[in-house]
Amino acid sequence: MTELFMLIAAKYNYCLYVILMMIGLYAMIAKNNLMKKLVGMNIFQTAIILFYVSIGFKHNATIPIIKGDHGHGGHGAAIHAADYMNPLPHVLMLTAIVVSVATLGVAMALCVKVYQRYQTLEEDELRMRLSEKIKS
Amino acid sequence: MKLLSLIVVCLTGGLLLYGTADLPDWGDPNTPASLHLSKYYIENAIRDTEVPNLVTAVLADYRSIDTMLETAVVFCAGLACFMLLRDFTPKKDHYYRHVPSGVILHVKNPDRQIIAGNEFEDMDKEWLPPDTIIKTVCRMLIPFIQIYALYVVAHGDFSPGGGFQGGVILGSSFILLAISYNLKYLLKRVSEKFLGILSAAGVLVYMGIGLAAMVLGGNFLDYEKYAPIFGEHHIRALGMLGVEIGVGMSVTAVMVIIYINIVSEGKHDEGL
Repeated sequence: MTELFMLIAAKYNYCLYVILMMIGLYAMIAKNNLMKKLVGMNIFQTAIILFYVSIGFKHNATIPIIKGDHGHGGHGAAIHAADYMNPLPHVLMLTAIVVSVATLGVAMALCVKVYQRYQTLEEDELRMRLSEKIKS
Repeated sequence: MKLLSLIVVCLTGGLLLYGTADLPDWGDPNTPASLHLSKYYIENAIRDTEVPNLVTAVLADYRSIDTMLETAVVFCAGLACFMLLRDFTPKKDHYYRHVPSGVILHVKNPDRQIIAGNEFEDMDKEWLPPDTIIKTVCRMLIPFIQIYALYVVAHGDFSPGGGFQGGVILGSSFILLAISYNLKYLLKRVSEKFLGILSAAGVLVYMGIGLAAMVLGGNFLDYEKYAPIFGEHHIRALGMLGVEIGVGMSVTAVMVIIYINIVSEGKHDEGL
């Protein structure tokens, strides 16, 4: 039992992302309202982003900005990779955040368009209206 | 249906939790993710690019083509919002407010478009005078937000920041203007045409910097080739700054385009 607790304590960050991801996934699958589905999608994306950023974290390391006077072409003290956090997940997630904003904007525009035509964002009502349209 | 989805979600979560047992501990410096490529970036980026902010160095130099297409994605999102929502059908009823006296004119079915002048202001039916406190506070805040945004864009090479972040801050200052006054006031200051041109110009600045490097005899986005024009000193940082400005322009314009089209359903009236 203590081993299990030790395992969770060492990797508690992953548990948090899995919980966030489950919330987002549940909202995307089970919710009836399209806007709520979008909120779920954003929670899901946030979970992924946090997961990536936490991979880049190192103990006793600082943000990935080189300290000191290296910028002026000087070769002062050697730079050790263990002193700086991993910049690669940060870069990847910077672009992922931008994509998430873009997808959110387009999805909301589509929701506005759907609402203009059918006066509802509830999925079952939309399906009903669409089947009526096909019959008539 | 809800029960079924709950079971599916719990199964997925259980599988993922089971999988985390093999993942490295939190904050371990010797994980596979930080031993290969990122080690090279941390140790050599300053020698290769002379830019202390590694995130910017990787974003705008090592992975610059990725970022260019990212900017194109942002531009496409703004374009999609515009195409989906923009509604050019003219309104039937027009309302004008005489600014000095506050008298409201209601014009039904005008034969042609009336353009409001200095005395008269174009307005909507559901118009409320903006709150004085909100207006004053926002008027004082917005210039500082914009200065900060420009700082974040310009200083992205040496401190946390960059084109995406600065562009979002600048765009949000415009959105604050639209919220605290109204949408028409914003569109009088920053016209829709200007926003459209700005969003495309940002992508073109980025691609132009890449193509000009090719014209000067290097690879696409090879900033070193600008050295004969701008001097050797910090030439890569300068190239990255140009690229970040392009990104910032595009992101700013697209943020505002998405906002103005969604809140007013493409009609560009009062909005929220």
